[in-house]
Amino acid sequence: MYEEVLAKGYTRRDFLKFCGMVGAFLGLEYSGVGQIVKAMETKPRIPVLWLHFQECTCCSESFIRSSHPIVADIILDKVSLDYTETLMAAAGHQAEENLHATMENYKGEYLLMVEGSVPTKDKAYCCIGGNSAYDILQEAVAGCKAVIAWGNCAVSGCVQGAAPNPTGATPVHKLVKGKPVVNVQGCPPIAEVMAGVVVYMLTFNRIPELDGLGRPKAFYSRRVHDTCYRRPNYDAGLFVETFDDENARRGYCLYKMGCRGPVTYNSCGVIRWNDGTSFPIQSGHPCIGCSEANFWDNGPFYQHLASFPGFGVETTADDIGLAIGAVTAAGITAHAIATNIRKRKMIREGILNPEPEHDEDDQK
Amino acid sequence: MRYHTYLSPKKFKLMEKIRRIYVWEIPVRFYHWVNMTCIIVLVITGYFIGNPPAIQSGTEAYANYWFATNRFLHYVFAYLFFFNFLLRIYWAFAGNEFANWKQFLPVTKKQWNEIFEVLKVDILQLKTWSFESKGHNALASFTYFFMFLAFVLQCLTGFGMYAAMSTSWFPQLFAWFIPLVGGDTAARHIHHILMWVFIVFAMIHVYLVVYHDYVERTGVASSMISGWKFITGHKHHD
Repeated sequence: MYEEVLAKGYTRRDFLKFCGMVGAFLGLEYSGVGQIVKAMETKPRIPVLWLHFQECTCCSESFIRSSHPIVADIILDKVSLDYTETLMAAAGHQAEENLHATMENYKGEYLLMVEGSVPTKDKAYCCIGGNSAYDILQEAVAGCKAVIAWGNCAVSGCVQGAAPNPTGATPVHKLVKGKPVVNVQGCPPIAEVMAGVVVYMLTFNRIPELDGLGRPKAFYSRRVHDTCYRRPNYDAGLFVETFDDENARRGYCLYKMGCRGPVTYNSCGVIRWNDGTSFPIQSGHPCIGCSEANFWDNGPFYQHLASFPGFGVETTADDIGLAIGAVTAAGITAHAIATNIRKRKMIREGILNPEPEHDEDDQK
Repeated sequence: MRYHTYLSPKKFKLMEKIRRIYVWEIPVRFYHWVNMTCIIVLVITGYFIGNPPAIQSGTEAYANYWFATNRFLHYVFAYLFFFNFLLRIYWAFAGNEFANWKQFLPVTKKQWNEIFEVLKVDILQLKTWSFESKGHNALASFTYFFMFLAFVLQCLTGFGMYAAMSTSWFPQLFAWFIPLVGGDTAARHIHHILMWVFIVFAMIHVYLVVYHDYVERTGVASSMISGWKFITGHKHHD
């Protein structure tokens, strides 16, 4: 592996820099970097099957366009990518043959990487080589060591899974039984995050520590909000009100423009994109929460409060709440008027006090 | 006793029968007012968190900290709200019959009858009143049962969201709840809707207390301060 990297024209310095970078992203201690170097130098290739279902391939694109040139090379060389529709040379029967050969020869050893959701309403919505995505997944899962679900499609359905979800797009982790699933969220995930996950599994031969939603804690334990460089403006209560106001020019917090940073767990604020050049918030655009489930349905991107279902696009819980509050006030007023009329009547008729039930005087 | 000579004999007779009963023990009253304070502070600070006012400020961020302070207040009162709520739950088992948990679950036929009675008499005003409840009336306590559920849900979503920004062990106890509702966005939405439930509840609650005191004159409004209510002892349930 190391030799291959050198053969590609990288220096040992490049190689070590890569290992150090990945180690830092993973939050490993210094000795961990050495383990990565060793693993990269000595460990045999891991056979990998990379399945594409209902998706746009942006995860693959993100991965191979990683700013760090060595990332794609090292990963694609280090793993033995036996099957992936996007990149493999083989086609048709040859490709199918590769797929099944790996499943048989490396039973229990290969890593299964899945990009895209699986239709379950009618399995025929996504078929490859005459088999449905569902069947292909189940067949591949049976002999795999672990599953990596790339991106929002595979993790939570993304745009195909948005209401009304016509194909019944289902996340991979809901269809996989008995195998560990690593959910690498994002639309797409950050390339360095993808590389980091693969390198971790390669080096330590186990899946990384995961959060409650199955995402690697190293990258998804903090909110975009917590690592955002505009955060001081949030605490100061300084917010952009419209995209072209003075506050926007000053670079205030985009919270009121619908920024999903406070509810989104990702590393955008730390690793950033395109060789650490920028990330959406830095470019003046609120986070849309692409590494969270149902982010398409959590209604307008540029509105802080999600729309209230069933009341039109712009209606928020506050609008509904105010309306209900007004109706309640009106009801109270009406009730108070009725009460007063009744009380007057009761006073007039002298029946304000409850009549004793068994009072003999009354019965006379 | 000279005063009574001004009353008609019939009213005098009723006056005699009015007696005071001790209904709300100190923990119940303590809970009530602390809870009220918490809800007022939490609703105001919470509304600001969800919808901060527009400030066109020429200053830089380092000169201000009010929004963080606002959130800090929200969290402090959230803790107060939670532990105060725990106290009330404890008292539902340790307190008197009016504070008991059985009050809040209409499982007996008598309670259901009372619920329909309250609906007819107080809400729809179809008939004049026919009974008096010593503690909560059955409809009120059933409503409180749903409010307690809302409290639980509000604590679960609130502390669940808070867990991500806290290193303390306590909020982490709630972190499991967030994935169940599908992430922070959904939790935030639920949390926000429940705020409006509290606002509407408070409006109705305060109004009905005033209403009951106004019509029934059992001193129900001041009973949450003194603990005592007046009852005539006629046709009341139980």
